[in-house]
Amino acid sequence: MLVCVKRVPDSSSQVVLTPDQQAVDGRMAGYTVSPHEECAIELAVRLAEATGGVATALSLGPSESAEQLRNALAVGCTAAVHVVADAVAFGPTDVAREIAAVVKAHGDEGRGYDLVLLGNDAADTGDFQVGIRLAYALGLPVVNGVSTLEVVDGMVSAHVDGPDGAETYSVPTPMVATILEGGVEPRYPSLKGRMAAKKVEIEERSPSADPVGSERVQLTLPPPSPSSVEILGEGPEAAAAVVDLFEKLGVR
Amino acid sequence: MILVWLECDAAGVTDISLETVAFARSLSAAGGGIAIRAALIGDVPDAVRDQLAAHGVNDVHHVSGSSYDAYSGAAWASALQDIRERTGCVVVAAAGSPRGNEVIAHLAARLDVPMAANVLSFSGLSPFAVTRQVAGGAALEEMRLARRPAVFTVAGHSWVATPADTPTSPTWHEESPPVAEADLVARVTARGETKEEGPGALTTARVVVGAGRGAGGPGGFDHVIELADLLDGALGVSRVVTSLGWRPHHEQVGQTGSRISPELYVPCGISGAIQHWAGCSSSKTILAINTDAEAPMVTKAHYAVIGDMHEVVPAVVDELKRRRG
Ligand SMILES: Cc1cc2nc3c(=O)[nH]c(=O)nc-3n(C[C@H](O)[C@H](O)[C@H](O)COP(=O)(O)OP(=O)(O)OC[C@H]3O[C@@H](n4cnc5c(N)ncnc54)[C@H](O)[C@@H]3O)c2cc1C
Ligand SMILES: Nc1ncnc2c1ncn2[C@@H]1O[C@H](COP(=O)(O)O)[C@@H](O)[C@H]1O
Repeated sequence: MLVCVKRVPDSSSQVVLTPDQQAVDGRMAGYTVSPHEECAIELAVRLAEATGGVATALSLGPSESAEQLRNALAVGCTAAVHVVADAVAFGPTDVAREIAAVVKAHGDEGRGYDLVLLGNDAADTGDFQVGIRLAYALGLPVVNGVSTLEVVDGMVSAHVDGPDGAETYSVPTPMVATILEGGVEPRYPSLKGRMAAKKVEIEERSPSADPVGSERVQLTLPPPSPSSVEILGEGPEAAAAVVDLFEKLGVR
Repeated sequence: MILVWLECDAAGVTDISLETVAFARSLSAAGGGIAIRAALIGDVPDAVRDQLAAHGVNDVHHVSGSSYDAYSGAAWASALQDIRERTGCVVVAAAGSPRGNEVIAHLAARLDVPMAANVLSFSGLSPFAVTRQVAGGAALEEMRLARRPAVFTVAGHSWVATPADTPTSPTWHEESPPVAEADLVARVTARGETKEEGPGALTTARVVVGAGRGAGGPGGFDHVIELADLLDGALGVSRVVTSLGWRPHHEQVGQTGSRISPELYVPCGISGAIQHWAGCSSSKTILAINTDAEAPMVTKAHYAVIGDMHEVVPAVVDELKRRRG
């Protein structure tokens, strides 16, 4: 199992841009990985535990991305690969090519992957495409938006919450899956996990090619929308005004 | 020419796909009346014929056949690629729905061109430049799409699905482009029950009562559930609530949960982070209940009550019951 995670600024509170307007600045808010990727890690670890396999975490990013790899190691991944590069300069096609290069190199060394898991979309750039581009780069099938999956005899059953209800894809390994949050509960790292994570040697690699880059011109922040809130009252005394509103809206 | 892939449900073309048609019409007008072709893949209800005429589509490519009996992102993109090659469309777009983003990403990978996800607007035709949502809508990205075809998805709720000023009488093409074996490897092989309960009920509910960290714990939802029941509505929650395990994930509203568009949304004890807002911003009316008058949910809402949800919500429930007698 290989699981791909991206170091991204925590955007759950205020979002700030870097001075060159090429990225979201996380220096104040801190860094994390997207909830989809947390679930991808959890799925990879569970599959590794169930099959006696190895869950390897991969990240392309600056030296600080080692933090996100250590976090993945702390919750059960047992190996990690760091493609050291400026993630802002790498567009989605570049990232897919670099992940593919690692998958191929490890395959050639006899430690190939049955399953490559990614998030459905990264929390910062939200490109919605790296996993699919990776599948094409590797010539492998891909299932998108997966909540849970099982592997039985080389066949993956991937479950997706589709537009009309539950869907299952049965696909032979090796394959790529992009994960959507919601199917599994990511575990918290234990003290033992954190200790073990410190001991793992992260495999550092250089990119296989120069980046083509993305088509980004610049980022901007949306203008704040003026508030036009009408305060109906304070505390329980506002109940009558609330029910008046329900009546006005015809929802009671 | 512009090619748009449209998703259908039992009632016809989905709203978010009709929004994409509205975007395409604006692009068409900017280009001096570029023809709009729609691709529909798989079974379609009869209603689509009138819808596509009303929304100003010029040509319809209806793709069907055994390769298209069950959904596969690769096969769907293969069909779009085939139509594009035959018609020479310079733009291919779809809705910024899960499927829309998936199919367009497949197409971009196959054609080796950039893809822009969740586009809000375009600012120039040559070079073609777009603005799209990133970081869940917390920031915008200006992006060039200089290569042809330009492929992108249109962010949900960023355009209004209004009919065209002048309806068309679209030319209908029945087609069954061949699909390579490799593109059928990852296809839907089994389906569960069509969804009624769970996320379905939440996304179609006329009233949604929301609860966030302010609920205080797994036992803090009784009153909001009672209010939702009284209003024939559904419960929606924030990610804090699901990640603490207080409520199941299918109740989550937001970027990584469901997108709701009820007549009335009543978020209680929810701060209104951008990722939550992404899922509820198209509610017709929002009534926030929060202890903090400065919380983004309060300032963005139409109405608010400042107070403890554990006092306000029971009082509202009592008042509702009292008036109903
Ligand atoms: C990539 C990504 C995706 C995400 N996706 C989602 C998503 O899909 N959905 C989502 O919701 N979040 C999502 N988040 C998380 C989001 O950033 C916020 O962390 C989350 O929405 C906050 O939840 P909350 O409002 O319940 O909690 P808080 O932000 O802690 O807010 C609690 C609010 O309750 C109020 N309050 C406290 N006590 C009371 C009381 N007794 N009565 C009334 N009010 C009270 C407080 O004033 C405060 O406003 C995502 C984050 C990331 C990075
Ligand atoms: N720099 C990166 N390093 C590792 N994985 C990445 C990187 N960028 C994107 N990914 C993976 O690709 C997924 C989709 O990203 P995107 O297509 O950019 O929205 C993410 O959720 C990650 O799993």
